Amino acid sequence: MLYIECPYCGLRSQNEFAYGGDGTVKRPTLNKEVSDKEWDNFVYNRKSPRGKHVELWHHISGCRQWIKVQRDTVTHEIFKTVSADKEI
Amino acid sequence: MSQTYRLNNSGQINRDKKISFKFNGKKYFGYEGDTLASALLANGIHLVGRSFKYHRPRGFFGAGVDEPYAIVQMVRNNETEPNVRATEQELFEGLEAKSVNCWPSVNFDIGAINNFFNKFLPAGFYYKTFMWPKSFWYRIYEPFIRKAAGFGVASTKYDSERYEHKYEYCDLLIAGSGPAGLSGAYAAAKNGARVILAEEKPRFGGSLLTSEVNIGNQSGKDWAEKIIAELKEMPNVTVKNRSQVFGYYDHNMLVMSEKVSDHLPKTKKFSPKQRLWYIRAKEVLISSGSIERPIVFGNNDTPGVVLASAAKEYLKVYGVLVGKKPLVFTNNDSAYETAIEFKKNGIDPIILDSRNAPKSEIIEEAKNLGIEIKFSYVVVAANGYKKVKSAQIAHISSDKRNLGKIEKINCDCICVSGFWTPTIHLSSQSGNKTKFDEKIDAFVPGKSKQNETTVGSASGIFNLEETISTSFEKGYQLSKKITNNDNKVSVPQVSEKKFTNHDKFWCVPLPDKKNFKRFLDFQNDVTVSDIELALREGYRSIEHVKRYTTLGMATDQGKTSNLNGLQLVSDVENKVVPSVGHTTFRPPYTPVSIGAIVGREIGKHSKPTRKSPMHSWHEKNNAVFVDAGMWLRPRYYKKGNEGLFEASKREAENVRKNVGVCDVTTLGKIDIKGPDAAEFLNRVYTNAWLKLPVGKARYGVMLREDGIVMDDGTTTRISENHYHMTTTTAQAANVLSHLEYYLQLVWPDLNVNVVSTTEQWAGAAIAGPKSRSLLQKLFPNKDLSNEGLPFMGYTEGDLFGVPARIFRISFSGELAYELNVQSDFGNFMWEKIIEVGNEFEIQPYGTEALSTLRIEMGHVAGSELDGRTIPYDNGLDGLISKKKDFIGKRSLNREAFIAQSRQKVVGVVPLDKKTSIPEGSHLVKDASAKLPNPKLGHISASCWSVEYNNPFSLAIVKDGKNMIGKKLYALSPLKNKSIPVEIVSSHYVDPKGERVRS
Ligand SMILES: [Zn+2]
Repeated sequence: MLYIECPYCGLRSQNEFAYGGDGTVKRPTLNKEVSDKEWDNFVYNRKSPRGKHVELWHHISGCRQWIKVQRDTVTHEIFKTVSADKEI
Repeated sequence: MSQTYRLNNSGQINRDKKISFKFNGKKYFGYEGDTLASALLANGIHLVGRSFKYHRPRGFFGAGVDEPYAIVQMVRNNETEPNVRATEQELFEGLEAKSVNCWPSVNFDIGAINNFFNKFLPAGFYYKTFMWPKSFWYRIYEPFIRKAAGFGVASTKYDSERYEHKYEYCDLLIAGSGPAGLSGAYAAAKNGARVILAEEKPRFGGSLLTSEVNIGNQSGKDWAEKIIAELKEMPNVTVKNRSQVFGYYDHNMLVMSEKVSDHLPKTKKFSPKQRLWYIRAKEVLISSGSIERPIVFGNNDTPGVVLASAAKEYLKVYGVLVGKKPLVFTNNDSAYETAIEFKKNGIDPIILDSRNAPKSEIIEEAKNLGIEIKFSYVVVAANGYKKVKSAQIAHISSDKRNLGKIEKINCDCICVSGFWTPTIHLSSQSGNKTKFDEKIDAFVPGKSKQNETTVGSASGIFNLEETISTSFEKGYQLSKKITNNDNKVSVPQVSEKKFTNHDKFWCVPLPDKKNFKRFLDFQNDVTVSDIELALREGYRSIEHVKRYTTLGMATDQGKTSNLNGLQLVSDVENKVVPSVGHTTFRPPYTPVSIGAIVGREIGKHSKPTRKSPMHSWHEKNNAVFVDAGMWLRPRYYKKGNEGLFEASKREAENVRKNVGVCDVTTLGKIDIKGPDAAEFLNRVYTNAWLKLPVGKARYGVMLREDGIVMDDGTTTRISENHYHMTTTTAQAANVLSHLEYYLQLVWPDLNVNVVSTTEQWAGAAIAGPKSRSLLQKLFPNKDLSNEGLPFMGYTEGDLFGVPARIFRISFSGELAYELNVQSDFGNFMWEKIIEVGNEFEIQPYGTEALSTLRIEMGHVAGSELDGRTIPYDNGLDGLISKKKDFIGKRSLNREAFIAQSRQKVVGVVPLDKKTSIPEGSHLVKDASAKLPNPKLGHISASCWSVEYNNPFSLAIVKDGKNMIGKKLYALSPLKNKSIPVEIVSSHYVDPKGERVRS
């Protein structure tokens, strides 16, 4: 079970969190013309990187904040966690 | 029978406490401190079971967790449990056990005929033998295998025992309390670290319990006892016996199973049977020791062939002789300790040593004691069927290829030692890549992957002095790293006998023209020739060889067999062992009961139960409840002999005719506040929200980004910057997470806060033509006329002193209102509604009537908003704003979503107006078409229309808008029904929606 450092609550076990997917995906801004391809990439297409990866976790049984976590998808090592408003 | 194999004065058992137990129905005696195995051996019982494949007689091989044979079916306190290792099960008064995998009895086993038909059970027999003819599988092969195979029978009763989970945090977790674990624990504890020391056995001390060594001027055993006693007194130390650390998971999370009560006749009150510990350790010291491996020879599975270390443990811990004429067969010095122990107890052993005249202190001692030793000698085969009667032995050449003349030697047990295999399961599970140590022909941990350090014989160190000094040092260093303390304790003096090198010899060659079975895996009956066959058939990867032959796949996971298997593969393949590699070590190290894994999350504790504040009223009024997610909701209120159908029909009819009240507390409620709340809702919902006035509610649909409907509900503007959102019961948690996602990550510039208020409000829906009159009596001072509180209006009122929110919204399609009060007043509100409603003939209605009402009105709900439908499919396309952007809007332009023949919700009526259509039925054109019959759509929800008194269903059908008036068939293969139906509008009742506005 992963041990995730919530920037608000500190180190907490994985079972307090919900996984939120790729943290690098940016939603196209509202009211903007978006091509089919661009939209598909936003909604469906995800990479499955080996190694360092920034992903979202939601501390649902804690502070209810969405956070960004940089994790190695092979070893599960977590390098860094930041609040939603920061970039990794 | 008396304990004829029990010694009078050796062992660590309590001879003052005699214990009676039963094995295969027969009564025996043992002592407190015995295992079932030691007590049976004390009584001269060597035959405990039959092997898995050939049903050969099986006895005891080890004395602990590595035991491959002695698996029994236990009865404890009227509960039966399979797959119990007799070598681990402690004896208690009244214990009952019986043999498994034998029928009709362990002495006469019909399955043993497999032994003579073994040509049919070669390597991979699972894949070969039972393949043909196919028709034989169900009638002959499977019943035969079911009857013959398996290690016991699972209980079919509910397990009344209690199991617990515990979460724990520590600086240092130490797995194993042998010399390494004790040293590390002591050094770390003295340096202020929070330590958990886990020992799988009941007794602490590991190898110190059976070895002849001296630590700090005391015997190893006394030193271990002193250290444990001191550790137990320390507040920063938790010492646990009967506790197996069986799994090493990510981020230094380890799981340990503690057998709290398995050694007692009955679990004590308020105590669990077993406890599963989830331990997050800053550092882990793995001191799991090593397991002796056998040398492979002919008929090496005969009862009476035991590991030399096990024979020594039975002698020194239990005072039990595994035999009175022992043969010790070894390739190393450690087995000499076993021989010496026999000799000290008045038994004359004979040692066969594969080495050519080795010299060491302990060999010298054995000679001086007058023990007969034959160097360059091996056991070729054991004789005897149910017990060793003699052995065929021979001289072996120094290249280990040629045997001399076979001699017969009388013996009643063969104690075998092929050197030691470090127990590297935990370090390997942590991700540590193992390396092969040529010196000991075994794998040892490589570079640590997580915060783990392996010490003692688990790391390949078989010298006690080195084990103790390095373990003290590691304990000190690790604790210093964590606590920053610098209190170093001195390392005690160690004296032990020095051993010389072992012989790299693991398998006795077959003599000419003999074809003895030579077993590698004793539990799964895998022989040398099975592996050879698999290799001839082309299996190369060790993982494939394992699965094809089942080597190492039994409940002992090959603890005694894996390394010899690798040796064999490397010999045949002419490779070195490290290039063959080993199979992956996966948790659990040893079987863990399902009960322990489940813990307290069972029955009603498997999930939380959520109840509305009116729950006890529902109970008192004969509600029949239904699970709605975690909530319990009244499905219907039973009157007299009514069933579901009659009761729900009555309740729904009463809503249409008079007035009904329904508990809607379970609806998700989210409080939304902030100056940008309107803008936020405008982005979340598909329709327009910027102009909703204060005191008004609006129905809204929200999508996922992929255009699929996520949820629907009404949201009310309570004040300028304050909204009250409702969600469906099922989606409440998801919607909150969804809103938080957009506020925190996508639009952090919006000044909006959301919080769940589902539990804070109790809700009651009052529906029916008489609902306004009832409401007026509840709030006599409010103007509740159609003008005062129009459809989708909102106001606040005083309900006999309790502040209430009044919404004029309707799910039933009738004139309806919803009242919300603080949860604490929920029951008060409910009772007032019933009390005042009596004159209007009010009846409570449950979810079944609620469904009926919404279905015949054509209101979509969870069964239509099923995660596969878009607004158009649900007839909600009118709610799609063309003027603004919102979550998921771009996806609605996708080709499939704008297709002309897109699916849509329709109504379905059976032509006979009688036959109810099962939910999930498929709609097809031709009921008798060949399968697979092309499906046009499916029935999403069915009810008995109380308005028209006939069945009515909703369906999602391809090209739905052009299907109205068509005649189709509803097929339910599950219920074996084919029903001719007509497609109608989904709005079956009051299609113009006049009632809600009346
Ligand atoms: Zn948090």
